[in-house]
Amino acid sequence: VNLLTRNMSGMAGPVASIIERKLTDMLKPSHLQIINESYMHSVPKNSETHFKVVVVSESFTDKKPLARHRLVNDVLKEELSSGVHALSINAFTPEQWDKGRQVDKSPNCMGGF
Amino acid sequence: SAKNCLTLFRNIRMCRLAVPAVRSVLMNPALNSNIICRLPSATSQQLGRHFSSEARDIQKEIGDLVNKEKVVVFMKGVPSEPRCGFSNAVVQIMRMHGVKYDAHNVLADEEIRQGIKDFSNWPTIPQVYIEGEFIGGCDILLQMHQTGELVEELQKVGIKSALLGEEEEKK
Repeated sequence: VNLLTRNMSGMAGPVASIIERKLTDMLKPSHLQIINESYMHSVPKNSETHFKVVVVSESFTDKKPLARHRLVNDVLKEELSSGVHALSINAFTPEQWDKGRQVDKSPNCMGGF
Repeated sequence: SAKNCLTLFRNIRMCRLAVPAVRSVLMNPALNSNIICRLPSATSQQLGRHFSSEARDIQKEIGDLVNKEKVVVFMKGVPSEPRCGFSNAVVQIMRMHGVKYDAHNVLADEEIRQGIKDFSNWPTIPQVYIEGEFIGGCDILLQMHQTGELVEELQKVGIKSALLGEEEEKK
């Protein structure tokens, strides 16, 4: 199941779409959620600068959290060196996800950029 | 300007060059802007490094910073006033565990801000180091805090988490 945040007209932004495609192609996730959290930060409306991704994939098996995050960072290398300014990653194996791992709530913006 | 002259002189002192001959040249403000050209080539090469760009060796600087203290955090803002929710999350976790750490405000230093991303090969801020080793960002620290792994990691480097003390008191 892929879930993508969509704006008022039901469109996912271009960056969000690219993120979805890349993560799907490279990590073959059983569950993928891409949430544009830019609205929580001091950036213009419709920005695509802050994202949260929830990725459930076998690719993460036997990998420590840091290694999982580096894997995701690597897939999204281009986005992270251009417009995407913050990326919150929740990376689980299918086993962990089925056991009911919680996705943490992102903290509030505190003004800086 | 007089200020440039003073900086020049101080830098030359640091280079431990033959000062007397150089000093008389430097103390004349009129020669200030032409100094590099007028000195012997070997000397001007050594000086060039200090005057032309004042280039910092950022990677070396960061390498020193991450080893200066057991726990080092690169963040936006300062612990008493974080300028980012993710950085604040790290500060709060450290506070809960009673960890003493060095904090570096990347908003105050653009070269460090980019440099630390290259150094760690990690694209975002905040970044946490324990004993010179990159641990992760906010997500990872939060996860480690929730699973108890952070207490273990701190213990490994001789830091007793304040949360451990609380557990013992409850028993």
